[in-house]
Amino acid sequence: MPDKKLMLGNEAIARGAWEAGCGVVASYPGTPSTEITEAAASYGEMDVEWSVNEKVAMEIAAGASIGGARTLTCMKHVGLNVAADPLFTLAYTGVNAGLVVVVADDPGVHSSQNEQDSRFYARSAHLPMLIPADAQECLAFTKLAFELSERFDTPVMIGACTRIAHARSLVQTGGRVERDLPEWKRNPAKYVMLPGPARARHLALEDRERRVREEAGIGEWAYSIEDNGGAVGVICSGTAYHYVKEAMPEASVLKLNLVYPLPERAVARFASMVERLFVVEELEPFIEDAVRAMGVECSGKDRTGRQGELSVNRVRAAFADLPGVKRDAARADVTEPPARPPAMCAGCPHRAVFYTLAKRKLTVSGDIGCYTLGMLPPHGAMDACLCMGASIGMAAGLHKARGDDFARRTVAVIGDSTFMHSGMTALLDAVYNRSSLTLLILDNRITGMTGHQHNPASGFDIHGEPANAVDLEAVCRALGVTRVRSLDPFDLDALNSALSEETAFDGVSVIISRRPCALLDKKRRPPVAVEGCRKCGACMKLGCPALSKDKGGAVIVDPAQCVGCGLCARVCPFQAIHDAEAVKV
Amino acid sequence: MITNIIIVGVGGQGALLASRVLGALALRLGRDVKVSEIHGMAQRGGSVITHVRIGEGEPIYAPLVAEGEADAVLAFEPLEALRAAPYLVPEGGLIITNTRPIPPMSVLTGAARYPDDVIDKLNETAGGRVTAFDALELAERLGAPRAVNLALLGALAARPVRSDDSVPLSVWESAIADAVPPRTLAANLAVFREAYNQTK
Repeated sequence: MPDKKLMLGNEAIARGAWEAGCGVVASYPGTPSTEITEAAASYGEMDVEWSVNEKVAMEIAAGASIGGARTLTCMKHVGLNVAADPLFTLAYTGVNAGLVVVVADDPGVHSSQNEQDSRFYARSAHLPMLIPADAQECLAFTKLAFELSERFDTPVMIGACTRIAHARSLVQTGGRVERDLPEWKRNPAKYVMLPGPARARHLALEDRERRVREEAGIGEWAYSIEDNGGAVGVICSGTAYHYVKEAMPEASVLKLNLVYPLPERAVARFASMVERLFVVEELEPFIEDAVRAMGVECSGKDRTGRQGELSVNRVRAAFADLPGVKRDAARADVTEPPARPPAMCAGCPHRAVFYTLAKRKLTVSGDIGCYTLGMLPPHGAMDACLCMGASIGMAAGLHKARGDDFARRTVAVIGDSTFMHSGMTALLDAVYNRSSLTLLILDNRITGMTGHQHNPASGFDIHGEPANAVDLEAVCRALGVTRVRSLDPFDLDALNSALSEETAFDGVSVIISRRPCALLDKKRRPPVAVEGCRKCGACMKLGCPALSKDKGGAVIVDPAQCVGCGLCARVCPFQAIHDAEAVKV
Repeated sequence: MITNIIIVGVGGQGALLASRVLGALALRLGRDVKVSEIHGMAQRGGSVITHVRIGEGEPIYAPLVAEGEADAVLAFEPLEALRAAPYLVPEGGLIITNTRPIPPMSVLTGAARYPDDVIDKLNETAGGRVTAFDALELAERLGAPRAVNLALLGALAARPVRSDDSVPLSVWESAIADAVPPRTLAANLAVFREAYNQTK
């Protein structure tokens, strides 16, 4: 297969958009969707941006589509919650040029705060939703989604998940078909959703959904049937299709490319072909419930469960009683080794903050980012974390419930990108409603967790070109915060005195803790050296992966991991740890 | 025939590049391939696992290797090799592991112990088909401390996953050239060759 490329599902979605003549891509990063937009930025013909949040991205997509450009917007499942407001009404207005919304779910919660099932958005907003099963389908379905979007005058959703988005498989690529920008025509009755037009558009939406359902029931683009005889039939889509093919090789299979609206005629035909009908799907019984609602008997969730990712092993176990389902091979019986959850990197600026918050025994209202790891041992310095931007509102709520005294022992922590995503409005609210809270903005100059995307504070755009760098101090002041200060978190004395003073203040204050992500710091410093360790364990409270104890309890440094940040030298009460410069004799 | 390889390590060690080389190798051999990676939070020092499936003559469906069906485990860290042991085929599986331990946070804080017989346990699991060596020391010795991945791949090239499927060294080297940045190619190839010779 010399002419095929090995592509991530995410790269194939970007390629599909490019081939479809897509002109605009606007997204906010979120695992596992991030690489779609990164890959899109490498194609010069498309205008690609990191938006400030998913709602703004969706609105840019709406405007670009009304303006006549094929448009793509990509987000993770919880990002779609943020973008849901424009999305639901976009379903009413429909599109001018094709508009495709990619949402990537995270079953198994690899890098998220929940494992919600985004297919319900398709049903709830009445949008067609395609689910690809590999990278080739990612490309093909993206192109198909643009066609459907224009044919049926609707945004079209593409549902991915970790094992689609972050799986590589071979892809046959094609060329780009350029599209001319159509002439601008006003159409307020379609695009201005006052109650009158909205009522009319709701009827148009219902009519369109009926047409999609009818065509999907007979259209080969919407499903495929593999007839292996009539004993057992399985309906599935996406990743589940592959697990079923491998675990249940004798079953007949109805693979749904379109999961909403359900291709009902195809389902009815398939059901009549088989004696026992099952649905195998990740997360919620979305397809199963829809099939049951047609009056067709089926089951599946009672066997596979709703939590986590499916796998070949899990499908085999769930259907072990059926003929043709192979048993798992015997597995090595090893005692489970100590778990290794993620941890802050060596040199991470967040470590200084969470070490200090833990030491001061503060209540911490947390947010979404690498710093959520502050919840884990040895820091254990987080009491709540809900969603992007929630730290500030939750701190204000804690103050309302428990009063000023409690607020003097509470801080909210939020990253730079998360603050701009949806923290600014909550800070405005806190000032306006006379709350009392101390906010730490952990400004590491980048969107870290998702793999270093630029944002409005970093001073660069998605292409790494210089862009306006927002002044966070000025933003906070403009929102009404009178006490704003910034510091380097590695200056532990400054951090401690700022925390003492600002938590004592009854009102809203902001401490901007500014130090670049350690992974951005390309300067290689020599590792620190330990000399005359007194085994007090003070440095071990930092939870640095480069520090451990030898058999006698003395601290040793792993030179392969240490980046020489020197934070441990600062907390050692006996000056037994030296920056390399200091010991270089 | 499908060859299943599991690559495990600690986030940030370079497992993604190793899987990219294997992907390029499959392309060079004209075979079908699927690779499943984990990005995001799991890369921040947590356990990471990459699944590589290379096939010929039959379709590869799942992007994930089923437990009990990996022909080889390539491990950047011994504890992670042990964690991946249930993926290995019951007989004839191959384990290539770096011997340099990275203690997880629970061990650093004293909440858990790092087992001291990891290599013995691996030998039990793989019936002796274990190549364990200090890949970091080797890479550092050649002035390329980031090339632990190429050291492990060198050992994998030295011990074919299947006796009937030996890949010529020249094809390996072409695949490495396809996957690594040109400016680090010489250093990466040096590490690959040294590991190949040391473990052959």
